Amino acid sequence: MKQYKPSEEVDFLIIGAGAAGGVMAKELSSAGFSVVVLEQGPYLRERDFDHDEIKYIRLSAMTNDLKKQPQTYRKSDAEPAKVLEQKMMQYGRQVGGGSVHFTANYWRLWESDFRQKSQWGGVAAASLADWPVTYADLEPYYTKAEEELGISGLAGANPFEARRSKPYPLPPLPVKSSGAIFERATRKLGLHPFPAPMAILSQPYRGRGACVHCGFCETFGCEMRAKSSTLATVIPMAEKTGRCEIRADSYTRKIELDTNGRVTGAVYFDRNRSEVFQRAKAVIVCANGSETPRLLFMSKSSRFPQGLANSNGLVGKYLMFDCGFEAFGLFEHPLNEFKSVQTTRAIHDFYEPDPKRGFYGGGGIDARFDFYPISFALNGLPPGAPRWGSEWKAMVARNYTRTLTLLAHATCLAQERNNITLDPDVKDAWGLPAIRVTFDYHADDVSNMKFLLDRQVEILEATSAQRVWTDMTDLSLLPHNHLLGTCRMGDDPKTSVVNRYHRAHDVSNLFLVDGSSLVTACCQPTCTIQALAYRAAEHIASQARKGAV
Amino acid sequence: MPHDLISRRQWLALSPLSAAVLAAQQHAHDVVRAAKPAALSFLNGGEAREIEALAAQIIPTDTSPGAREAGVIYFIDRALGTFDADKRAIYTEGLRQAQGKRRELFPASQSIAALQPDEQIRLLHAIENTEFFDLLRTHTIMGFFGNPSYGGNRDLAGWKLIGFEDRFQFEPPFGYYDGPERER
Repeated sequence: MKQYKPSEEVDFLIIGAGAAGGVMAKELSSAGFSVVVLEQGPYLRERDFDHDEIKYIRLSAMTNDLKKQPQTYRKSDAEPAKVLEQKMMQYGRQVGGGSVHFTANYWRLWESDFRQKSQWGGVAAASLADWPVTYADLEPYYTKAEEELGISGLAGANPFEARRSKPYPLPPLPVKSSGAIFERATRKLGLHPFPAPMAILSQPYRGRGACVHCGFCETFGCEMRAKSSTLATVIPMAEKTGRCEIRADSYTRKIELDTNGRVTGAVYFDRNRSEVFQRAKAVIVCANGSETPRLLFMSKSSRFPQGLANSNGLVGKYLMFDCGFEAFGLFEHPLNEFKSVQTTRAIHDFYEPDPKRGFYGGGGIDARFDFYPISFALNGLPPGAPRWGSEWKAMVARNYTRTLTLLAHATCLAQERNNITLDPDVKDAWGLPAIRVTFDYHADDVSNMKFLLDRQVEILEATSAQRVWTDMTDLSLLPHNHLLGTCRMGDDPKTSVVNRYHRAHDVSNLFLVDGSSLVTACCQPTCTIQALAYRAAEHIASQARKGAV
Repeated sequence: MPHDLISRRQWLALSPLSAAVLAAQQHAHDVVRAAKPAALSFLNGGEAREIEALAAQIIPTDTSPGAREAGVIYFIDRALGTFDADKRAIYTEGLRQAQGKRRELFPASQSIAALQPDEQIRLLHAIENTEFFDLLRTHTIMGFFGNPSYGGNRDLAGWKLIGFEDRFQFEPPFGYYDGPERER
């Protein structure tokens, strides 16, 4: 792998080697530019991954660790923030980022997702907006992402899906019992189940082997390189160009600005906690919807006293998550859902918001099982079940292979009150300010989740389930993996942070490309984040060639 | 074991994972390799007997092995010596309160371990809304259902109980309902 000296001014400094950063690194280095990628976490390889639930779920081996990087939370800015004992903002913290441990759902947005404001005219107390791009703008890049990364799915199987220029490059993964049960029940109800599009190879593809159905996808890294993470796909391609250095264990603390208002590189802590300044002609932040705004706040200067690229005060605002409750079914015979990928069937019948429902919102529903043995024994039994002892033990023994989940993936409204800021008091192990989350769901988000939960229960009642139950735990405090909307894209510099090509309105050689750019949130964001990254990279490369960055 | 622990250890040693995890895994690996009864490294024998007596009622031995046979106490010992070292005080204080409750309920008793099983169950009910119980339950479950490399789940007792298999490869049909011939 190419190595640059920090004193060498590279063409692009990318901060974050995740779903978006990996794509940017590959596209820009392939286009002939010199690239350094700074990644907070380590450079783990497939050989480092294993099936250790304690290590990956309990000890945060591949995600941010609250013991080193604390977070604080408050429901509104009227109350003091408390230090969290369980993560709220969870992100992949190694080369490949969240694309390494994600469940690998790979849903395109609908055409209507990009123009919700025009379609609805606004929602009280929310900041609904149209995107500055359309589905048609993004379609070629969705296709490129699916082809280059390797996505399994069945084009046309979802009757609601937007026009696509090419089918999926790989056929769907084999259906599991949860998918078969779900498919039969939804058909009976007149709904339209389809094979879940997954960033997991159903067949060998471009030098990588097919999924062997070990079942350790969600929160685990794939030892077989069958999951189409950036670690397994575009990052090796970037390194092969000889122009891209992935610099792991490099935790950025500040982006520097010169007197002309242009960024000049970034200061980071290396693995020995020494500070290093890497020079660059342009900086691209791909650090996720929580760390990107945090870094901008930490990069305040006399020119930008509220934080870099934050002259309008919108950095960190409009925080959105993935919403949705869970419903469960218990069956007579073993489903053995611990085998193979977490989900194989979904529906989009309730995806489009409908004024007749009396609130804003919609979403998809999938059939899945994402319990590993410890998490199931801790939390997998129906309400009213004992929590320990002989009877509990017998229930865990019987239910583990016989339970499935229906999970909704619903809209989350952007609200100005929901945000990421820096905690004024709490610091991380490097002495940097902790992330402070201010968040509460919009009333319509809650109505929508309940509406979808009723649909989930209807579907389960149309199966042969012996028992059906729901979980309406306060979702706001659970670990969220989809961290969205905090540096919104838009054409108007007064109402957005970046433009339609992810260039900061305030700083011409600074780009923000990750979940923070998203204007609305529905369902599974990774596919859209990566399509946006491909599109941004193409534009940034063409501008750089013209000397316009 | 599906994993080649020795070579896996070497790989892990090369990767900058958290020191706590590595310490725990190294210890676990040494224990596995040593192929002899694991020794306690943090808890003293008396504490371990009392905690094990409680864990053995959380996951009792009945028609199948329970927490005791699965070596859960060795997992707890390891957790408190490594990645959950910051939770030791919860055990110390929790055990102290549990002993107080034991003396209150069973004035003639000498220790939790020496109580009859039904008495141990009564004691657990009396403390089941405490932070200590929650942590003990979590640790017992982690030790019983977690990777055996941490000292518990001996002979895969936890995984055999629930029908879970840690394999690198499965083939469809995976369950009863996804075989083409099954009535769904």
